[in-house]
Amino acid sequence: MHHSPAGENYMSYPKGFSTWIVTLDHKRIGLMYLASVLFFFLVGGIFALLIRLELFAPGGQYMTAQQYNEFFTYHGTIMVFLVIIPMIPAALGNFVLPMMLGAKDVAFPRINLFSYYLYCAGAIIAVSTMFFGGVDTGWTFYTPYSTTTATNSALMLCAAFIIGFSSIFTGLNFMATVHRLRAPGQGWMKLPLFVWAIYATSIIQVLATPVLGLTLALIAIEKTFGFGIFDPALGGDPVLFQHFFWFYSHPAVYIMVLPAMGVINEIIPTFSRKPIFGYKAMAGAIFGIALVAFVVWGHHMFTSGQTDFVNMLFSLITMFVAVPTGIKVFSWVATMYKGSLHFETPMLWAQAFLLVFVIGGLTGVILATLAADIHLHDTYFVVAHFHYVMVGGTLMGFMAGLHYWFPLMFGKMYNEFWGKVACVIVFIGFNLTFFPQFIAGQKGMPRRYFDYIPEFRIYNELSTIGSALIGFGFVIALFYFVYALVWGKKIVGKNPWRALTPEWEADCPPATENFHHDVVVTHGPYDYVGERA
Amino acid sequence: MADKVTAFKEHHHAHHFRNDEHQFETAKQGMWVFLLQEVLFFSPLFVGYLIFKFMYFQDFHDASKHLDWVMGAVNTVILIVSSFTVARAISSAQKGNRDGVVENLIFTFICGLGFLIVKYLEYSHKFHDGLLPGHFFSNPELLETAPHANLFFTFYFLMTGLHGIHVVGGLVVFAWLLKRALNNEFGPKYYTPLECAGLYWHFVDLVWIYLFPLLYLVG
Repeated sequence: MHHSPAGENYMSYPKGFSTWIVTLDHKRIGLMYLASVLFFFLVGGIFALLIRLELFAPGGQYMTAQQYNEFFTYHGTIMVFLVIIPMIPAALGNFVLPMMLGAKDVAFPRINLFSYYLYCAGAIIAVSTMFFGGVDTGWTFYTPYSTTTATNSALMLCAAFIIGFSSIFTGLNFMATVHRLRAPGQGWMKLPLFVWAIYATSIIQVLATPVLGLTLALIAIEKTFGFGIFDPALGGDPVLFQHFFWFYSHPAVYIMVLPAMGVINEIIPTFSRKPIFGYKAMAGAIFGIALVAFVVWGHHMFTSGQTDFVNMLFSLITMFVAVPTGIKVFSWVATMYKGSLHFETPMLWAQAFLLVFVIGGLTGVILATLAADIHLHDTYFVVAHFHYVMVGGTLMGFMAGLHYWFPLMFGKMYNEFWGKVACVIVFIGFNLTFFPQFIAGQKGMPRRYFDYIPEFRIYNELSTIGSALIGFGFVIALFYFVYALVWGKKIVGKNPWRALTPEWEADCPPATENFHHDVVVTHGPYDYVGERA
Repeated sequence: MADKVTAFKEHHHAHHFRNDEHQFETAKQGMWVFLLQEVLFFSPLFVGYLIFKFMYFQDFHDASKHLDWVMGAVNTVILIVSSFTVARAISSAQKGNRDGVVENLIFTFICGLGFLIVKYLEYSHKFHDGLLPGHFFSNPELLETAPHANLFFTFYFLMTGLHGIHVVGGLVVFAWLLKRALNNEFGPKYYTPLECAGLYWHFVDLVWIYLFPLLYLVG
């Protein structure tokens, strides 16, 4: 690896487009992921807005029912596989994780680049299905519909399979990196909690994703060759598919949300100027969530004909998820208590995360209750619940992290005022979009429907107005980020947030080899001394 | 032969590792995590097979009689021997015996090829008997007596097929390793790719050791 000459950084040296596409530098790969993820966030977001536009009033307005089905399928598939899962680990994590360990790179830089290209290949195939018959199965690919639909589900399944392996290789890489590349003096109890979160996420990625990969491959094969594993007419069992699918896809929820929790873990102590409350409990809670994640998949199938005993068991274990989650939420609040709070944009997003995520988590407990779930299953209550967790949790955690590490990544600062404005608009828009869906769902509005009865009109109108607000907020963010990148002032010195984690020992933006010195960890990641006079 | 002095190529560890040992241990750990992933990758097939085996016990029993356990046993022996030779290739590298590495890699490669040839013979026999699953299933005897034999052969072809793909992958890796070994790249100081390929090959062997009794014997 070349050391960058004085005055150069990882972006400016080595020069040229060709050095980017074959780069092994984790920072450049992280940026390429970031650009791709943001692009697909735009694509998935446009599909979301189209869905909301159609649902603004009952009956068909702008599209046919078939188009509507395809649009929500693309919204779900793109957002889950191409945006929310890689958003924090692959984009932000790639950039900051090795730096948090004081390392020069991830353990396997070539595999890192390979997994980025797998992501690209999967993404291209996924988008190409739009021109080869479309897909209308929803992102869950339930059989027997997915094996009999006239649309091109097999091609989309191939795409998800490939993207899955991109995710597996990222997880594998990060696991080895955390184990082997920590700085001298950086014991497990001195790791930034973001590292703990990414590590736990990686374990889930490595253990759960292959099951999904093989299962999706089975459907594609079954559809093509008429195999009968999931087809009751041939003696197969469609519920078996649901078991396999949710064995991955439930833990996948934690692949999405644990990294966001990790980001919040970094931001809250830094902007409270206080050590994090209960470091060990926080690290333990991350692992608690990752562990329980593997044994709750059955709660997606309470109405699929599992036995009552199994339902009861899954319901009980699901409620256990609330325990480590509660530990984390209370510890965040306790960290802020009597802290010297600074409400810059990252902290503002972290607060938005906290408020919204608590609602998402608590409605999860409602859904885990068997009797309630029979009523709420497949209604908009579920849609609202998982958007509170995925958008409210992951996306807001991502935005918090993006603002937090933006100066490190680019050496520029965004406009603080517009940052706050965008955050407030998205927060209001988000709640306006999804809170009414709780009520509509509770009143019985089923999800995935193209049309609805007039009684649900007011909730859908609010929801659609909210979605436009979310879009508006992100457009503002897009503008001030681009402005900052092109015309923003260079940051003077290092570490604008005065954080104590090792990644801030680097220049903003970092040199090609990350640090000019060998990082040695002598203090904990959050040993802040109070500022109150 | 072991006395012959070979001039091994210098190997430099990558910039983000402290030394060769650090890089070796990291690569090995990465390989173990990859194999963990492989176990989970195969798991839906094993779980699915076992569920349907107990659901349609008699049909699966009848269907599995169409498998040739002698061929399966031959393949088991071939793979176990090849696992032994790949281990010998690694220990030869540790001792600095280049010819030992080359010979054992060639032998391992031949074993893998032999496995695939036996598999080919088995498969073509099944094609001939109309035992290809899905739309293609046309075995008159089983269609009459065992309606779910189709499902058995679905799993048979998927499981042995996925395993076979792994064998093919192993052969590609061994060919690449052989080229590097002939180029004097592996010696006592650097044999990481051999070690990782060895772990992978043992895993492929192990999968077969489960597949053979499950499909051929206990049926």
